[in-house]
Amino acid sequence: MTAITVTTREGVEHELRPQDGISVMEAIRESGIDELLALCGGCCSCATCHVFVDRDPVGQLPPMSADEDDLLESSSSRTDRSRLSCQLPVSAALDGLRITIAPED
Amino acid sequence: MDASDAQQHFDVIIVGAGHGGAQAAAALRQRGFAGTIAMIGEEPELPYERPPLSKEYLARDKPFERLLIRQPAFWTEKNVTMRLGERVEAVDPGARAIVLADGTPLGYGQLVWATGGHARRMTCDGADLVGLHSVRSRADVDRIMAELPSVTKVVVIGGGYIGLEAAAVLSKLGKAVTVLEAQDRVLARVAGPALSQFIEAEHRAHGVDVRLGVVVDCVLGEAHVTGVRLAGGEELAADLVIVGIGIVPAVQPLLAAGAEGVNGVAVDAECRTSLQDIFAIGDCALHANAYADDLPIRLESVQNATDMATTVAKVITGAAEPYDAVPWFWSNQYDIRLQTIGISAGHDAEVVRGDPATRSFSIVYLKQGRVVALDCLNATRDYVQGKALVVARATIAPEQLADHATPLKEMLAA
Ligand SMILES: Cc1cc2nc3c(=O)[nH]c(=O)nc-3n(C[C@H](O)[C@H](O)[C@H](O)COP(=O)(O)OP(=O)(O)OC[C@H]3O[C@@H](n4cnc5c(N)ncnc54)[C@H](O)[C@@H]3O)c2cc1C
Ligand code: FES
Repeated sequence: MTAITVTTREGVEHELRPQDGISVMEAIRESGIDELLALCGGCCSCATCHVFVDRDPVGQLPPMSADEDDLLESSSSRTDRSRLSCQLPVSAALDGLRITIAPED
Repeated sequence: MDASDAQQHFDVIIVGAGHGGAQAAAALRQRGFAGTIAMIGEEPELPYERPPLSKEYLARDKPFERLLIRQPAFWTEKNVTMRLGERVEAVDPGARAIVLADGTPLGYGQLVWATGGHARRMTCDGADLVGLHSVRSRADVDRIMAELPSVTKVVVIGGGYIGLEAAAVLSKLGKAVTVLEAQDRVLARVAGPALSQFIEAEHRAHGVDVRLGVVVDCVLGEAHVTGVRLAGGEELAADLVIVGIGIVPAVQPLLAAGAEGVNGVAVDAECRTSLQDIFAIGDCALHANAYADDLPIRLESVQNATDMATTVAKVITGAAEPYDAVPWFWSNQYDIRLQTIGISAGHDAEVVRGDPATRSFSIVYLKQGRVVALDCLNATRDYVQGKALVVARATIAPEQLADHATPLKEMLAA
C-alpha cells in the first residue's frame, strides 16, 4: 500500500495509507485531518486543497496542468513546491511522498 | 426536576446537515468551541457534497462514500451529536427550543438554521407521476439511477445549471435528452446571453434537443410518466422527466416563529435573523450582498454556505467579522469547466474575452462601467485574475477587457 506522510499546519506528522484511485486531497480528508476545506470537491476551482511537496521520492507526481498552475497563482503562500492535492491521484508511484499542508489564504 | 432535566439541551443546535451545517460544526470546533453541539438533518445521510449529484455521482464516476464532507469518525471525535433522519417542525424562540417531527423538544443556547431548500415542484397535472424527479438529494439521484437502465428518452424541465448538468451526463450515457426552457435562453437567471448561446450550442452539438420559450402544459402518463405536453399541444415522449426549476427555501418553521423574510429568512451581516440567538446561513439566508449592490439576495452556492458558516462560528466564538466574501461558483458540462466569480445579475454590458470557437474564453460583466462578475469557460487564469477586478469593482474600458492577449491582472494596475 502507498504510504504518504502529511505534516499539518501545526507541525504534526501523520502517516496515511490511502487506497489507489482517490486523490491525495481525499486521502487527507479521510484521515481525519481537518485542515483542508477542499471546497470544490476536487474540481480545480477553489485552491483550498493547497499543499507543499517536501519530498517526491521518485519524481512521480503528475505534471501540473495549466489550470492547476493558474489556480495556485491565487494563493499568497505559493512556492515552487506548491500543488493542489485534489489533482494528485494516489498510486503506488507516490509511495514515500511527504507533503505539508499550506497555510490558509 | 427542573426544566433542563426534562428536556435535552445543546449549546448550539444546527438544523440541516448539508454544506453549511457541516462547516458550521467543523469551524466551531476548529476555533476551540467546547460547548455541546447537535446537528439535526432530515436526510438519513451524514453531510455530503451536493454538487456531484448532477455530475460525477449521476455519471457513476464517484461512489457516494467519496462525497462525504467528513468521514463518519470525524463527527464522533469532534463530539457533534448527529440526529439524522429527523426534521425540525417548529421553533420556539421564547423557550429557546426546537421541536422535532415526533414532538420531542430540544433546548438550545444558539440556533443555526442551515436548511437549504427543497426542490420546487411542478403544479401542473401529472406532476406526481412515477418517473418524475428532482435533483436535490442523494435519494433523488439514487431513484433516477435505479430507473435509468430502462430509460431511453429523457425530458429535462428547466434550463438552469442543475438541469443542464444532468442533461449533459444523461446524453453522455446514451439517452435521448430534450431540455425545455420557458425563457428565450438557458441560464437566463444567472448569466448573460453570450454564455447562454455557447452552452445551448454545446448541448445541441452533443445531440440534446434544446427548446427555448416553451411552456409545459402537463406531464402525461397513467401511473408512470410517458411524456410531456407543451402549451401549444405538442407532445414529447419521455420515460424519465427531470424537473430543475429551482428551490423553495426551507424556512417555514422560522417564519412561523416570527422571523423576518420572504423567499428566505432575512439575516444581517453576522448572519443573525431577527430572532434572538438564531442565525441562518446558506441557500436559505436572504442577505444584503456587497457584490449585488447590497440588495437582499439568496445565493445558492457552496462558497456562500461555507463562508456564512465560518462567519457564524466566528460570532459564536467571540471574533465576529461581517460576511463579505466574493461569490464564486463552478459548473461542469461535457468537457466544459465553467467558473464564475462575482454576481452578474443586474449587469448592463458584457464583454467576450477570447474566441468562443477555441472553447476557452471568458465573459466579463459590467455594471455602469464597473466589473461585477466573470464567467470563465476553460479559462481558469481569467477566473483567478478576474477576482481582483471584481473585488476592486474596477472600471476598465470594454475594448481593453476584450484584449485577450493582455492578462487581466495587468489591467488593474493600469
Ligand atoms: C445537483 C446540485 C448541483 C449543485 N452544483 C453546485 C456547484 O457546482 N457549485 C456550487 O457552488 N454549488 C452547487 N450546488 C449548490 C450547493 O450544493 C448548495 O448551495 C449548498 O448545498 C447549500 O448548502 P446549505 O447548507 O445551505 O443547504 P444544503 O446543503 O441543501 O443542506 C440543507 C439540509 O437541511 C435539510 N433540512 C431542510 N429542512 C430541514 C428541517 N426542517 N429539519 C432538518 N433538516 C432539514 C435538507 O434536507 C438538507 O439536507 C448544487 C446543488 C445541487 C442540488
Ligand atoms: S479541492 Fe478545490 S481545487 Fe482542489
